[in-house]
Amino acid sequence: MHRNVICAAALAAATAAPLAARAQDAELQRIREEIRQMKDAYERRIEALEKRLQETEARAAKAPEPPSEAPARTASRPAGEGAFNPAVSLILNGTASNLQREPGTFRINGFVPTRGEVAPPRRGLSLGESELALSANVDPLFRGTLMAALKPEGGIEVEEGYMQTLGLSNGLSVKAGRFFSGVGYQNQVHAHAWDFTDAPLVMKAFLGNQLADDGVQVKWVAPTELYMDLGVEAGRGRAFPGTDRSKNGFGSGTLFAHLGGDLGASYAWQVGLSHLRTSPRDRAYEDSDSSGAGVTNSFTGRSRLWALDGVLKWAPEGNSSEVNFKLQGEYFRRSESGSLTYDTQATSLGTQTGAYGSRQSGWYLQGVYQFMPKWRAGYRYDRLNAGATSIGLVNAGALTAADFPILGGYNPKRNTVMVDWSPSEFSRVRLQFARDYSRLGEPDNQIFVQYIMSLGAHGAHKF
Amino acid sequence: MKRALFLLAAFFPWPAFAALNIFACEPEWAALAQEIGGDKVAAFAATTARQDPHRIEARPSLIARARNADLVVCSGSELEIGWLPLLLQQSGNARIQRGSPGYLEASQAVARLEIPKVVDRALGDIHPSGNPHVHLDPRNIARIAEALAARLVQIDAANAAYYRERAADFGRRWASALEKWTRLAAPLKGVAVVVYHKDLSYFIAWSGMREAGALEPKPGLPPTPAHLAELIERMKRDPAKAVVFSPFNNPEAARFLSERTGIPAIGLPYTVGGTDKAKDLFGLFDDTIERLLGAAK
Repeated sequence: MHRNVICAAALAAATAAPLAARAQDAELQRIREEIRQMKDAYERRIEALEKRLQETEARAAKAPEPPSEAPARTASRPAGEGAFNPAVSLILNGTASNLQREPGTFRINGFVPTRGEVAPPRRGLSLGESELALSANVDPLFRGTLMAALKPEGGIEVEEGYMQTLGLSNGLSVKAGRFFSGVGYQNQVHAHAWDFTDAPLVMKAFLGNQLADDGVQVKWVAPTELYMDLGVEAGRGRAFPGTDRSKNGFGSGTLFAHLGGDLGASYAWQVGLSHLRTSPRDRAYEDSDSSGAGVTNSFTGRSRLWALDGVLKWAPEGNSSEVNFKLQGEYFRRSESGSLTYDTQATSLGTQTGAYGSRQSGWYLQGVYQFMPKWRAGYRYDRLNAGATSIGLVNAGALTAADFPILGGYNPKRNTVMVDWSPSEFSRVRLQFARDYSRLGEPDNQIFVQYIMSLGAHGAHKF
Repeated sequence: MKRALFLLAAFFPWPAFAALNIFACEPEWAALAQEIGGDKVAAFAATTARQDPHRIEARPSLIARARNADLVVCSGSELEIGWLPLLLQQSGNARIQRGSPGYLEASQAVARLEIPKVVDRALGDIHPSGNPHVHLDPRNIARIAEALAARLVQIDAANAAYYRERAADFGRRWASALEKWTRLAAPLKGVAVVVYHKDLSYFIAWSGMREAGALEPKPGLPPTPAHLAELIERMKRDPAKAVVFSPFNNPEAARFLSERTGIPAIGLPYTVGGTDKAKDLFGLFDDTIERLLGAAK
């Protein structure tokens, strides 16, 4: 058979090889080795074939009854160091924007600018942040997760990087590192899983688009059939509404609680209440005063935010693959008190400081309906209420309200509709249209076409 | 005060602490756990036969159940990858974490079919560890019953004798039922069927039937008109005896193919609770075989 032919060929090759030159010995050795390897490989294949033949014969012999034997195969486990590689996933996203107004001039009138990434994406075609996620269990006690945003303009930002406990019991879990704060509902959801291209106005105005703080979170799930959790976070307060500074201890604190459950087989719901408190120091923002000069102002004081959120999901008998509906809303209320310093760089009318107090609120409500497999349509209404802002320097007559134009009373609103198509769980293409009244007197028509692609490990999304 | 406490207790029903709380991802494992655990366990099924186990959300109600579970029994092999990992992380329950005695993947106890040689999402939503729908081979149920009984004995040693006795009794009843099903299913050998998703592969392998095609163009992707047109052409050359689908599948595609080809479309229970007759694991196989025999005539 094959084996013999190979052996004969090998023998012939070996004996025919000239033996005279010593230099050729090494060459001969190499050829022998190659032939030996070939022979081994063929032997293994022949053995495997013989084994399969025997198995087939055995099966044929002992199968008088109709059902055939299920092939006994088990998954081959990856071996070696690579077997412990973390789960890796990559999110690609890109947007084509058509904006009536220059996104560089984006502001939310009535609300202090957050310096967060709140502006719409650039006009025209642009790559969004690519998200690289790595996660794995560290050992029986801990799990680690890193979510890095690769910026299209270059640079990497750690969106989230945290460890969490696996080993605690009695409903307790602890998270430490950088993570999206438990304030509100959508703040904890990664942007690629949002139902609209951009964040609700309340998140833009009150959380600087999305709040991720460095800190520790302790959460407890109650031992009840009705879902109930309580959580507390202590953080650095590094981002809006707080400010980063060199300080021992904590710069921000959050409390949250959720209730949730099912209503029959078709409905699931969750409501949450959360509170964020922080004390920013010299939280600066840019504005232009009554003379039209660009000035930097800053706030020092305390900031208190309350958020009430609710989600209701419907799917006939809990089967969401054909049609389903999701209703989601959040209400935010913030009060800030402290002092406001005008023109910290003394570029216009000179640096002056006075008292500052504001009570502001906002809400949004959105519904997303999957009307057939792969296709969803959604509508969102956003509303902000600038409320009452008291500026000491204006009250005392030192400056006028026109020196703080961005803080002038205005109630921004926005209407958004979208349709998206998800050919699989891992891809989505979305068309969104919004009429945005964030800028006073300058409504902005915004059209986005966006793709979101998930590569690698299968993601699991929170409710 | 007493009344207030009573109201509170009614509003937050505390689970029965006397029994072992079993969280089963799918109804078949809840049924099996109840068969073996009897009144020493309280088995909760996280999904119903009307729900596609691939597409479940980590709902608050499921986190609450996972928080109190002593044992999680799931198919595994990435079937629940979109939701179970979240439930485990959010539950704050060390007993049920992967690698603990309270975490049992049923598919690990049996040989899996259709382990892909190439793992690429261009092939659809495939499972690198093989087809996870292992419960539809009745011989697998017997093996998984043993694994489950061993786990119950490990977790709840005080009732070890009880579990062993029930497992042995179940094993005897299952063996005699298997003998009956083997006899009954004999005419199914070689019968060609078109499936919706590859969730009947184990039944097909056990009964010796032949899969003549799938309504899904690729695993996990809903049927498309182009693919259905191609299937109709294929059925003209190589007609199947039936087009089968599960309770969580949209029956429209199966009916469409049935109308165009004259091949009957048959809804199968898929799991416990999938049809009126599939009240338990025995009923599941009784009814599945009966429905297929009706088509094979």
